Amino acid sequence: MAGKPKLYYFNGRGRMESIRWLLAAAGVEFEEVFLETREQYEKLLQGGSLMFQQVPMVEIDGMKMVQTKAILSYIAAKYNLYGKDLKERALIDMYVGGTDDLMMLILVFPFLSAEDKEKQLAVIVQRATSRYFPVYEKVLKDHGQNFLVGNNFSWADIHLLEAILMVEEKKSDVLSGFPQLQAFKKRISSIPTIKKFLEPGSQRKPVPDDKYVETVRRVLRMYYDIKAN
Amino acid sequence: MSGKPKLHYFNGRGRMEPIRWLLAAAGVEFEECFIEKKDDLLKLRKDGSLLFQQVPMVEIDGMKLAQTRAILNYIAGKYNLYGKDLKERALIDMYAEGMMDLNELLMSYPFQPADKKEQHLANALDKTTNRYFPVFEKVLKDHGQDFLVGNQFSKADVQLLEILLMAEEYKPDILAKFPLLQVIEQCCFGFVLQKFKARVSNIPTIKKFLQPGSQRKPLPEEKDVQKAWKIFH
Repeated sequence: MAGKPKLYYFNGRGRMESIRWLLAAAGVEFEEVFLETREQYEKLLQGGSLMFQQVPMVEIDGMKMVQTKAILSYIAAKYNLYGKDLKERALIDMYVGGTDDLMMLILVFPFLSAEDKEKQLAVIVQRATSRYFPVYEKVLKDHGQNFLVGNNFSWADIHLLEAILMVEEKKSDVLSGFPQLQAFKKRISSIPTIKKFLEPGSQRKPVPDDKYVETVRRVLRMYYDIKAN
Repeated sequence: MSGKPKLHYFNGRGRMEPIRWLLAAAGVEFEECFIEKKDDLLKLRKDGSLLFQQVPMVEIDGMKLAQTRAILNYIAGKYNLYGKDLKERALIDMYAEGMMDLNELLMSYPFQPADKKEQHLANALDKTTNRYFPVFEKVLKDHGQDFLVGNQFSKADVQLLEILLMAEEYKPDILAKFPLLQVIEQCCFGFVLQKFKARVSNIPTIKKFLQPGSQRKPLPEEKDVQKAWKIFH
């Protein structure tokens, strides 16, 4: 089935946002189907569209792909954003693993109790500034190139920019100790496809609000609070 | 640094076990450097060996690889256990990610607080029999081939076998017990999975790994849980 990829998810960031970023950065137009009701979700389930009964799901190249990492890897490889050989792939996978762990801390944030939110915010900032950002700062400093891996724009760069912006939403001056990352952010943000994605009117989703949380809880019947790490 | 891959982890399954399985299935000999106390972990961190200060870490082909997926993907790619094209990779990744989710559920059981253990296990077994096993059963049934993807042994098959055995450790008859949704699937369901298990276990490298004395790790006991807790907290 040719045509644009079709994304099935809630009208919000969650686990689909990294996929939106990657498609947008690759210059690939995509459509979205937003889950708003429990009935919609059950219809998808009954239709057998969700392999493990979960979203994200992306219809792409005749497949109904699930599992965020699988989808991202497929898109990255298809659009030449996955390095030129096995070793570059390994580096990209490693770097993306780190930014993914960092973004997971933020992903669960809206679903935490008020008390846990405060603790989690501290964890996010602490991990970002002492575990993750220093790594990417060093990578960029050591090789002095414009991109993280192989002197070529890749999935790792897109994912890192996404993570930086998300952490900045929580603490706007979080990059103050990281000059390489500041330059990186500016550089990657000005890549035409990414610049476009960062402008109003794009398919980039805003910071999750109460309405988003309420929708997710209602559709998935997830009425418990997630535990913070 | 050439030579055998070197695995840095504590002496237990955790997140390193799928990596041990995959190396074993690929017929690759490896060495292990066990973290026995907190100081061992701190030393590795201080040396700059752990990219994000975490294990698993595998020294392989001159790299100090971190992040379980990165390690698994590299090994799979290197030893031709990753399908023949992008689409087969996509299927392998989809199945493997589902299995990793299930692995997390099962693997975290021994580490649950005592009052949450029972519910956790019930949930894990429920997901096993209702969410995950039916998917793989269907895949095998639909194409009638020996392996999950592309009629060829891959990382997906290795991870599936690991999960099947792990689930059976918790519930020996778990392969026999499935919801009776459709009469046709009912007869083939458990049988196909059992047949698959027998077939993959016979591949020479896997057979060796399943024998006593191999580097396969046992189910964690209470003392292992305490040890891990001390190292990582």
